[in-house]
Amino acid sequence: MRSSVNIKILILFLGPSLIVLTVFFFLPVIAAFFLSLTDFDIYSLGNISYLRFVGFENYVQLLNDPLFWTALKNTFYFVLVGGPLSVVVSLGTAVLLNSKFVPFKKLFRLIYFLPVVTTLVAVSIVWKYIYHPRFGLLNYFLSLFNIGPLDWLGNPSLAMPSIILMAIWKNFGYNMIIFIAGLQNIPLELYESASIEGANAWQKFKYITIPMLAPTTLFVSVITMIGYFQLFAEPYVMTQGGPLNSTLSIVLYMYQEGFRWWNIGYSTSIAFMLFVIILIGTIIQFKLQKEKYV
Amino acid sequence: MYRTKKYLIVCLAIIIGVFTFLPFLWMISASFMQTGEANIYPPKLLPSKIDFSHYKTLFTNLDLSRYLINSLIISLGVTFFSLIVNSMAGYAFAKFKFSRKKSLFNFLLSSMIIPAQVTMLPVFLMLKKMGLINTYFAIIIPGMASIFGIFLIRQYALSIPDSLIEAARIDGASEFLIYRKIILPLCKPILVTLGLFTFMGTWNDFLWPLIVMTDSSMYTMPVALANLMGEHVQDTELMMAGSVLTIIPVLIVFLALQKYYMHGILMGSVKE
Repeated sequence: MRSSVNIKILILFLGPSLIVLTVFFFLPVIAAFFLSLTDFDIYSLGNISYLRFVGFENYVQLLNDPLFWTALKNTFYFVLVGGPLSVVVSLGTAVLLNSKFVPFKKLFRLIYFLPVVTTLVAVSIVWKYIYHPRFGLLNYFLSLFNIGPLDWLGNPSLAMPSIILMAIWKNFGYNMIIFIAGLQNIPLELYESASIEGANAWQKFKYITIPMLAPTTLFVSVITMIGYFQLFAEPYVMTQGGPLNSTLSIVLYMYQEGFRWWNIGYSTSIAFMLFVIILIGTIIQFKLQKEKYV
Repeated sequence: MYRTKKYLIVCLAIIIGVFTFLPFLWMISASFMQTGEANIYPPKLLPSKIDFSHYKTLFTNLDLSRYLINSLIISLGVTFFSLIVNSMAGYAFAKFKFSRKKSLFNFLLSSMIIPAQVTMLPVFLMLKKMGLINTYFAIIIPGMASIFGIFLIRQYALSIPDSLIEAARIDGASEFLIYRKIILPLCKPILVTLGLFTFMGTWNDFLWPLIVMTDSSMYTMPVALANLMGEHVQDTELMMAGSVLTIIPVLIVFLALQKYYMHGILMGSVKE
């Protein structure tokens, strides 16, 4: 380790990043909390003297706001159904591509990964047309099996599942890469000795692969959950939160309240609720994982 | 039995590949169809003849080149400045010795759990006060430092031997010269990786540009596309052409440097 550097050098190297992070991240977090305790709205935006301190009124109002509960319910639906499905698909495709039978592994990996890097807005638009009730590819495909036609994005009970399907398609490649790396770190001897003892493929998967991947799975689950709680662009582009608010998410509601109606105090309280939910969710996942494997 | 299993696995891989790729194929194909051709039943998979008119419309009537330029300036600007700022901090966290270093670094890491949405309204109000709304700076300045970027560089810089830095110091090199002539060249692979992440992340970002670019001439590609979608929802072929153009720049960058990108995912997923 090097000897202590003098303070000027330290400021030169750390200063720029710490200033940017403080001014545009840490102070705004604190400011947001104070804003959430005020009734900052479009009038206060014009004249700051209209600003009133209201304590936790916004939060109380939030808990009595049916739209917030709808947004909360929809977001949890997306996270609790879409998240695990997404992780399972990632693990499944990782195991598949790790199989010695699959040729052109690199090509397959690349194709599976493409949705990850493409612009969410662009692919949301493409999927909106794939889901088209009359001309969409999906309904045409299903009609070959005598199913449908279904109004995927227009039907309140189908809209969120449709968004989940698209989100899985968009995201599974990212976690797949992490799972492939995790799979390659499992010592082959474990599988060999299991084979000698007569274990079948499923038993090997259940008793070797799953436990050995536990740390990877925890990481993947946490980042997927955090990302999924921030659902925004898909409903913004595909459904505008409809039909009947069935795809209104927390961030979409925050955006509408804050940047469309300029209810700034109220909107920041929504953002803080999101933060608290993500924090609790992360703690729960760490606890669950610990109890299971450590 | 063994053979059937093998064929089943290969078939499954191909089927998943087709489902993953089909939306892209259809998007490209439909972008070359004549107006209305994508809205017939049963759907056509290929255009009857290649029609470039939607691409032409996008550039002539809808001024897409302006949005492309906006997106390029913003993405390259954020990438350039954040590489400098984050690499300096990452190097300092890896190699400088100072009190409270560990607690400061841990504090930064743990604050990564705070979702960006929390800060959006205060930052918007602040930028508005500074008169930076509707300027490139509204996206470039807040994007200049990222905790993830500092983390990534630090992890990599830890592997640089101290003796190398020490030797340069004895030779009388200044700290900045060491950073410039030794650290930056040695960190090149991770700088490419982080640059790629930053460029693609900024290009694909939607919520923040939607908020701070209120004037349509300042829209980025995703914001312009989402806005077009509101006005031209019936015009499937035009929207597909717009989607193709939004996706192509990131796709080219990704395909050229995918090795680094994949590496970055794994670097980010292994903490400590």
